[in-house]
Amino acid sequence: MSPTCPIAMHVNDARVEAAVEPRLTLADFLRTHLKLTGTHLGCEHGVCGACTILLDGQAARACLLLAVQCDGHRVTTVEGLSPPTGLSVLQQCFRRHHALQCGYCTPGLVVTAHALLAETPRPTRAQIREAISGNLCRCTGYIPIVDAIEEAARRGST
Amino acid sequence: MKPPAFDYVRARDVAHALEVLASHGDDAAPLAGGQSLMPALNFRLAAPGVLVDLNAIGELGICTLDADGSLVAGATARHRDFETRALVAQGWPLLAHAMGWVAHVAIRNRGTIGGSLCHADPSAEWPALCVACDATVELQGPRGTRRLAAADFAQGLFTTARAPDELLVRVRFPAWPRHRRWGFREVARRRGDFALAGIACTVDVDAGVCTDARVIVFGVADGPVRAAHSEAALRGSRPDVATLRAAADAACDGLEPRSDPHAGRAWRLELVRTLTERALGDALGPAPSPAR
Repeated sequence: MSPTCPIAMHVNDARVEAAVEPRLTLADFLRTHLKLTGTHLGCEHGVCGACTILLDGQAARACLLLAVQCDGHRVTTVEGLSPPTGLSVLQQCFRRHHALQCGYCTPGLVVTAHALLAETPRPTRAQIREAISGNLCRCTGYIPIVDAIEEAARRGST
Repeated sequence: MKPPAFDYVRARDVAHALEVLASHGDDAAPLAGGQSLMPALNFRLAAPGVLVDLNAIGELGICTLDADGSLVAGATARHRDFETRALVAQGWPLLAHAMGWVAHVAIRNRGTIGGSLCHADPSAEWPALCVACDATVELQGPRGTRRLAAADFAQGLFTTARAPDELLVRVRFPAWPRHRRWGFREVARRRGDFALAGIACTVDVDAGVCTDARVIVFGVADGPVRAAHSEAALRGSRPDVATLRAAADAACDGLEPRSDPHAGRAWRLELVRTLTERALGDALGPAPSPAR
């Protein structure tokens, strides 16, 4: 075991301090150390998109980041995108359009869609499809997910 | 899986990174965007003793316009920077366009030009783009600084001219000539997947005559390949449909594509031919190149 490194970062606007092994990924840090299990791990090599989080506001794969790399940075997980009670507009739209079934991919898709709408508030369907092309869903066939994001954009999500 | 244990050094500046590389030899791995190295670590295909994180070295993260009109990109400038910055879109439109083909946004937000060039995946866009644009890479190491043409830096499958104690610090793209047209085409199994075959081309046309051309094939050999016979068919011509077809046919000359479960040799050759014709058509056609 390599010596641990002290790290401090902001996760969903709370300051977090820890001592971690360098090899610990951000995804495992969030899930096992901070118990923020909304961030899911699918493939662990950047392909499936389930672990997508925001690093300094930009979508990134938590499985391809080390926790030590995020020292001094700001991380937002799916938990950080919900209001204190209830669901965000984007989450409500996911529910309304049945944009999830088993739910495994959902946190990554919600974070990815959030990042898209923050940058492009009124995306076309083509832009939505492009934006979520890096998130695998084996249940829905994607069409309800595109519908959900489209409606969230109409309702002025984020 | 999870990465094996390693030590971690966040380099303060290039000198610090070189110091760590010098003391650990090839047991140290520079960490740029991590979008190829981290999967390799997670799969335990790589097991370096020390990771040297370059992300805190400010000067490596920026792209600037040089006095001579060149674009000077720091090694850790991210794919997304090239995709979104007006400086790149206006001055080097081929680069900005092609970034849309590099994986997905979440990967492009982290992945870097220097990381991609040093990883030297045969399917990667950056090595081909750098050859298409006559880019020069700058390496720093204990023996000083050296500059190499991108074509000489790429030495084959996951192999480059970088010594273990050197860092790729910058990539320089010469100013884009006024009469330069360009095309970029790629085919992958799914959106954002690794290319089965791709073409990056530049065609310089002055008063209807092609004065110079670069046709780069990627995804089919161990690294980017200049289709010399295609370029020769274009150079000096007044490009018309027949010229493009001849150039496309010539793009396959000398290629020995690998076969893998995703694409056989014959199909890859057909992709090269077809994509070359389309990329050249995009470059020379009256309409602007389609977004996709």
